[in-house]
Amino acid sequence: MAGTDFSRQMNDNGDQDGFQFSQFLSKRFHIDLPLFLLLLLLCGSGLLILYSASGQGLAMVQKQALHYLIGFTALLVAAQIPPRLYQLLAPWAYLLGVLALIGVLVLGVSGKGAQRWLAIPGLPRFQPSELMKLALPLLIAWYLATKGSPPKLFTLAKAMILIAIPLVLILKQPDLGTSILIGASGILVLFFAGMPWWLIFSMISIVAACAPLMWFFVMHAYQKQRVLTFINPESDPLGSGWNIIQSKTAIGSGGIEGKGWLQGTQSQLEFLPESHTDFIIAVLAEELGLIGVLFLLTVYFLIIMRGLYLASVCPSLFGRLLSGSLIVTFFIYVFVNIGMVSGLLPVVGVPLPLVSWGGTSVVSLLAGFGIMMSMHTHKLK
Amino acid sequence: MAEQRLFRSRAIFMTIFIFVLLCILGSRIAFLQIVEHQKYQDLSENNRIQLRPIAPTRGLIYDRNGILLAENIPSYSLTLVKERVNDIDQTIDYLKTLIDISERDEEQFRKRLKYSRRPYAPIVVKYKLDEEEIAQVMVNRFYLPGIDVEARLVRHYPEAETSVHAVGYVGRINEKEAQRLDKKQYRATEHVGKLGIERRYETELHGQVGYQKVETNARGRILRIIEQVDPVPGKDLVLHLDQRLQQAAAKAMKGYRGAVVAIDVATGGILAQYSNPSYDPNSFVTGISHKEYSGLRNNPDLPLFNRAIRGQYPPASTLKPFLGLSFLDANAVTWQDKVDDNGWYKLENDDRLYRDWKRTGHGHVNLHDAIMESCDTYFYDAAFKTTVDNISPFLAKFGFGRNMTYDVPNALSGLLPDREWKKKKRRRSWYAGDTLNLGIGQGFMLATPMQLATATAVLASKGKWHTPRLMDTLAGESQIDDSNALDDIILKDPKDWDGMFKAMAAVVTGRRGTARGLRRNLNFSMAAKTGTSQVVSIAQHEEYDSETLAERNRDHALFIAFAPLENPSIAIAVVVENGESAGRTAGPVAKAVMQEYLSGAQG
Repeated sequence: MAGTDFSRQMNDNGDQDGFQFSQFLSKRFHIDLPLFLLLLLLCGSGLLILYSASGQGLAMVQKQALHYLIGFTALLVAAQIPPRLYQLLAPWAYLLGVLALIGVLVLGVSGKGAQRWLAIPGLPRFQPSELMKLALPLLIAWYLATKGSPPKLFTLAKAMILIAIPLVLILKQPDLGTSILIGASGILVLFFAGMPWWLIFSMISIVAACAPLMWFFVMHAYQKQRVLTFINPESDPLGSGWNIIQSKTAIGSGGIEGKGWLQGTQSQLEFLPESHTDFIIAVLAEELGLIGVLFLLTVYFLIIMRGLYLASVCPSLFGRLLSGSLIVTFFIYVFVNIGMVSGLLPVVGVPLPLVSWGGTSVVSLLAGFGIMMSMHTHKLK
Repeated sequence: MAEQRLFRSRAIFMTIFIFVLLCILGSRIAFLQIVEHQKYQDLSENNRIQLRPIAPTRGLIYDRNGILLAENIPSYSLTLVKERVNDIDQTIDYLKTLIDISERDEEQFRKRLKYSRRPYAPIVVKYKLDEEEIAQVMVNRFYLPGIDVEARLVRHYPEAETSVHAVGYVGRINEKEAQRLDKKQYRATEHVGKLGIERRYETELHGQVGYQKVETNARGRILRIIEQVDPVPGKDLVLHLDQRLQQAAAKAMKGYRGAVVAIDVATGGILAQYSNPSYDPNSFVTGISHKEYSGLRNNPDLPLFNRAIRGQYPPASTLKPFLGLSFLDANAVTWQDKVDDNGWYKLENDDRLYRDWKRTGHGHVNLHDAIMESCDTYFYDAAFKTTVDNISPFLAKFGFGRNMTYDVPNALSGLLPDREWKKKKRRRSWYAGDTLNLGIGQGFMLATPMQLATATAVLASKGKWHTPRLMDTLAGESQIDDSNALDDIILKDPKDWDGMFKAMAAVVTGRRGTARGLRRNLNFSMAAKTGTSQVVSIAQHEEYDSETLAERNRDHALFIAFAPLENPSIAIAVVVENGESAGRTAGPVAKAVMQEYLSGAQG
């Protein structure tokens, strides 16, 4: 198999049986064993951390296990679907997503101060922006794959318009965080397709230049407050600064070894808010210390490495572009969440992938991994 | 395939980029967990562990017979924690529908809201809830987040007006006091002694604060007690004070403005200290209303003024026994020397007439008679012969001009004039006339009832000094400290003491004694001296006409006494402002109090 020099898998002992088993899985079930095992490891660790973060809530852990089950099922299903089918579906999925987003703006259901949900009678409530997280890279990858790599400027321009449409729709909800993430996933496709470096840098410069404009004209008060609190959380210790101060306290007090599983005082005594969702890594840091955190970071790193490898050896351009975008988007979630929790970035509501409590995120991420595995294991026909 | 190579190069870039970012994350976490570990360790401990102070119970105060003068009674207060209440006004309004919250209660609550306090410390909305009110609040607690009913101990003075002058009272700690007090010790205490014994022995009465180390969650709910240090209760005080004498004094002084001070001759213990009109200290404990306080302040009879220790009056004739001893001790006169009293005295080369209170004079009198009848002329003459330079220092031996008490710190010192004093304070030299005035206890001389009682007690013990004090025992231990007592007075001729006793006894028993009215129904032997001090000076040839003088310009009536004669146990001083005749006003008060004491109130 190509790229064995790239791999640092669990079954590296070169066991023939293991190797054949892995090949078998790959051919018949379109599962990449190393990635699959790493994901299982991650989810398993997630359950252990969640047990502590939820205050030994067995019910919550059971529910999360169910989420994982559904997610892995979605992964399996997604892995079976051949890339060609994805290419066929891409434009329709995108269209559907855009319509749904328009629907949200027009007759959406509010929750938590924003209009993000769509309630169609007969269907469960869902967030169209979640759909878009997969639909957009799918579309852009499909589009660029038809144009070949590296893309011409005109192609890039059209692609950016395609990215901008859902981005603006989501921005209007308002949901700045999700719109940026979705925009990023689209742009990543462009990056992997070969967007020229000079264009990349000029775009970055434009965004940087726009930042002050954004501050004064676009950003809402609460978003500005987030930035201010980020710069100095102590300025409002009992209000907006509370979360980040408690989070840093939880992390810092864990030290190298941590206070022990289930012994974290910040989390168990309810000082750490959102401890089972956004701030869950602080629970890990407090209870299992730097050692625990480094372990988790290593698992993420291995997953991302394996993902990049899978992407780069994909037989089709479409597969490469899509997988590349999906895996780096995964990394962005990791980086933003841990950065926010440790005070490097302003607080945004981004969960820690596959560890934070929540069903939607788990299912969509695992489905994404399923897509990646599909891209990798299906031969070009 | 160029495409794949391009992709691969991008992928490698991403790998490196991601690796760098993950390292940044890792370092950030490591920074928090290693470099700043201690800081966050402390913060997390501070979060979860709280030190809650436990207030010590304040020591009780008893009189010499075990009557409770100051106690702590449980009282239920309605409290509010500002941080847990969304809308204070709304909560108060709702509470008003459940229980009675007067305007005054609300006014004081709002005042308390402004004081600085620890976060989450409860503020009292209303004191002294009754059972029905407690029930009403507790039943509706669900609608009242942040509201609670707290049992507290509140200071209470069962004897109210009759004990306040000696005992004093506690009141809420104000900002100035808060800065002066030990913050640690007073963390759970709201009240501090403001006056009297409560203030003088604040440290001993307060006790020591205790602590509870508790683990709390983010909502402030206590999960468990980790450690507890019990508070040390304040020490109980037993005073020399005799509450029955206080009550007798209050009864006898009804309608008068003035004071009574009585001292135990053998020990110097202050048996009575009372000033009339008086006031109820209980109002001050929980916060006196504006109206009530203004009422007290604006009352022209000055109920808040403690005349017993801060009323300074010219002692007038009550000074004569001490003056007489000073004359004898200076060898200026003897018991036998007689003076012809025609009602006035004149200095050489001076036309001014120094009048005797009795217009026609007392006739031929010696020292014994002069005491018995209170003859001014004799004393003018003897004082002149003795001179101020002998009189003043001698009087000082009896404690005049100083606050001799051990534990009554805000008692005033009166005024004992002498040459130096006049030079310094009045920029004038001492005149002969000043000596004469001093000789009858007028002029510049001032003394408080406490000083008069003190001097009388020393006289009654024939010169032996015991520092006057209120406190008898502290936590059961006797606290005798005579260290700042004056030296015992040794007369050149000790028989002079007896002579003076006899003369003072004659004040009551003698045919012309100025207090002979007290003889009726007197079943103990006493020595006494009356005094009448001028408030307004009368022009030379005018008569003192009490009818025309406004009441507040009438002379003060003073009276000192001790009993029983053979072995004196109680010494007393009484002042009745504007009472004029000591025999008719101050004397009976003294008699009533001593009667109460000698008939069995001794303990």
